Amino acid sequence: MGKRVAKEVSIAVADAVAQCRVDVISAYPITPQTHIVEHLAELVNNGELDAEYVPVESEHAALSVCIGASATGARTFTSTSSQGLLFMYENLFIASGLRLPIVMVIANRSISAPISIWNDHSDVMTMRDAGWIQTFAENGQEAVDLVYHAYKVAEKCLLPVAVNLDGFIVTHVVEPIEMAEQEVVDKYLPPLKMKYKLDPKKPVSMGAIGVPEIYTEAKKALDEALKASYKVVIQAWREFEKLTGRRYNPVESYHMEDAEVGMVIMGSLAETASNAVDELRAKGKKVGLVKIRLWRPFPMQDFLKAIGKVKALCVIDRAISHGATGGPVGIEVRSALYQSNKRPRLVNFIAGLSGRDVTKDDFKELFERTFEALSKKPKFSYEIYGAKE
Amino acid sequence: MRPELAKFKPLSIKDLPKVDWFAPGHRACQGCGTVLPLKLALKVLGPNTIAVSSTGCMEIISSPFPYTSWKVPWIHVAFENAASVASGIESALKALKKKGKLSKKEKINVVVFSGDGATFDIGLQFLSGALERGHNFIYICLDNEAYMNTGVQRSGGTPLFAHTTTSPAGKVIHGNITWKKNLDGIVIAHNIPYFATATPAYYMDYLNKVKKASLVEGPAFIHVYSPCPTGWGSKSEDTILLSRLIVETRLFPLFEVIDGKYYILNRKVDKPKSVEEYFKLQRRFRHLTKEEIELIQAKANEEYERLVKLCEIFAPPKEGN
Repeated sequence: MGKRVAKEVSIAVADAVAQCRVDVISAYPITPQTHIVEHLAELVNNGELDAEYVPVESEHAALSVCIGASATGARTFTSTSSQGLLFMYENLFIASGLRLPIVMVIANRSISAPISIWNDHSDVMTMRDAGWIQTFAENGQEAVDLVYHAYKVAEKCLLPVAVNLDGFIVTHVVEPIEMAEQEVVDKYLPPLKMKYKLDPKKPVSMGAIGVPEIYTEAKKALDEALKASYKVVIQAWREFEKLTGRRYNPVESYHMEDAEVGMVIMGSLAETASNAVDELRAKGKKVGLVKIRLWRPFPMQDFLKAIGKVKALCVIDRAISHGATGGPVGIEVRSALYQSNKRPRLVNFIAGLSGRDVTKDDFKELFERTFEALSKKPKFSYEIYGAKE
Repeated sequence: MRPELAKFKPLSIKDLPKVDWFAPGHRACQGCGTVLPLKLALKVLGPNTIAVSSTGCMEIISSPFPYTSWKVPWIHVAFENAASVASGIESALKALKKKGKLSKKEKINVVVFSGDGATFDIGLQFLSGALERGHNFIYICLDNEAYMNTGVQRSGGTPLFAHTTTSPAGKVIHGNITWKKNLDGIVIAHNIPYFATATPAYYMDYLNKVKKASLVEGPAFIHVYSPCPTGWGSKSEDTILLSRLIVETRLFPLFEVIDGKYYILNRKVDKPKSVEEYFKLQRRFRHLTKEEIELIQAKANEEYERLVKLCEIFAPPKEGN
C-alpha cells in the first residue's frame, strides 16, 4: 500500500507519468495543463526521470513528436487543453488510425471565442469521434490511477488514450493522494514491446494511402479495436484493484438501487452532485447519480444497468453541440436508451460552461426540474441552465 | 570547420551500391525530377535509415496500400509536420539507446522527404522548431516549385511570373506575382551544422552532400531543385537539362553553408547562360515579356554576386588552422 500524501493533482499526475517510465515527452504550454508538463521537465532536468523532453513550438508538433516516437517503439506522453487540443486535431485521428499507444492528459478547458481559460468539456467533446479511448477523472486520486491505467490499456490495445481532468477544479487542487509504489507500477506495466515499429531490421511502411477498396476496412478495423478495448479496460482495472485495492468501473452509480430520478454526469461535478443527492435522500427523495468514467468506448450495457428503473433521467452536459438535439452526453444517452426497453423521461441540461459554478443548490433545483418532468413532458430537447437573460 | 566533415572523403560513383532502397514500380510521372533525388539519397543513406514523408507526390506514388516502394522503414503522418515526426523518431532512438533498449552502436539515419509546399509554406513552423531544437536528422526538400500533387497550384517556392493554376498567366496579371521565398536564408539563419543546395544534374555533388548531411551531428538540410514535367509543361527528357540550366543561368547556385557561418560555392558560373534559354523549355514561362525576363535575369545576377561575396568573406578556415 502506498502512503497518502497531500499533492497538487497536476504534480501527482506528472509523477504518475514518470513512474510509468515514459521515454519521450513532448508538450507545448497552455493553461491549465502547464503544471503537469513543467513538473515533468523538472524531473527530466534533475535527472530523476530518464526520458527525452521535447519542448516543441506548438501542440500540433507535440502530438506529431509523440506519433514519431511512438511509431519508433517509445512510450510517449503529451498533455494539453482547449485550443491546444484543437490545434492537434488532425493528428488525433492519425494517432488512432496508425494504432499508436500514445497517452495524453487533457486538462479540460472551454474553447474560444470568447476566449476563456476556465473549465468545461467543450475541448474534449470535439474529439469524441477520433478513435481514442477516453476516460474522465472525478478527483486527483482517480486522475493518477487513470494515468497508470491509460498506459496499460493503450499498449495492450494499440490505441491512444486520453485521460480527462477538469482544468483548475481538479488539476490545481491539493488533495491527499496515494501514489502506487514503483514496484507495483513496474509489475502492472511491463516494458513496451511494439510488434510493428520503425525498425531498420524489420522495415514497415506506416501511413500508406487507403484507396477506396481498403479504406472502409481499415476504418472498420479501428472501430472494432476500439469496441474490443472495453474488455481490456475492465481487465486492467481489475488487475489494478488486485495490486492497490482501488476499484474502478466504467460507470459508477450512487444511490441508484431504488432511485426514481437519476442524474448522469461526467467529471468533477459529480462530487457536488453527490452532496445534493445526500441532502435530498435525507428528505426522503429517491434520487441517485450515475457517473460515466469511460466515455469511449461508450459502456452502453454498464450504463443501462446503472440507471436501474428510474422514471426520469437528468443528463448534465458540460459542452454544447450547436444545432444538435442535445449536449454530447445527452445525445449519447438518448441513443443508448432507444436501443433498450427503458424509457425514462429525459431532460438534458448544459451547465457549468467556462468554469461557472454549479452548486449543490443548483443540483437540487435540477433534480426538482427532473421530478417535474415526471408529470409533465418537458418541452425542450435540451436547456442551457443558468444562462442570464 | 565541423570535425565530422574534417576528414571527409568524397564518394565516387564506384562507391554507390547497386541496390536501391526505393523500389521501382512506383507511380511517379515520366521524367520526374523529384523521385530521382529521393531514390539516390537512399543509395547513400543505406538500409539503416528511417524515412519520413510529408503528404505530397512522393508519398502518393510510393504507398498505395498494399504496395510500397520503401525498403527502409517509412512513415507518413500529415502534410506539415514531417520535421516534428522526425524529431519524435530521433528522440525515441536517443531515449531507447540511453536505456539500453537499442544498441548504442547502431547508427540510424532519420531523413525527411518533403516538397516545397510542405517546407516553404505549411510546414515552415515545424521545420523551424525542429532545426532550432537541434535534432540529429536530415531534411531533404524536393522543390518542384508548386503544389503538384493537387494539380499545380502556386506555393511559396513558385518563381516570379510562373503560371500555375492559382497564379494563371492572365490578361492582367502575368502569373505568380511574388519572388520565390528565400527559404535558404531562413534555414541558414537557424545556424544548423549543414545546409546545401543541389540538383539532379550534378548528382555526385548531390550525393556527397547527402553523405555530409548524414555525418554531421544535428540538423542537416538539402534544398533540391526537382523539375516536374507535368506541372511545368516541360519535356520529360529535359529534366536533367533543366537541372543543369538552372545552375548555369545562376538561378539556383550550388552551395553549402556550415554552421550558418561558412559559405562554400560548389560551382562557379562566370559566364551565365541566359535565363531565356531555361524558360523556353517550359510552358509555365511562355507568356513572359522581354522586360519580365530581363528583370529575372538581373535579380539572378544580383543574388549570385551576393552569394559569391559571402563565399569569399565567409570561407571556411583552411585545414590545420
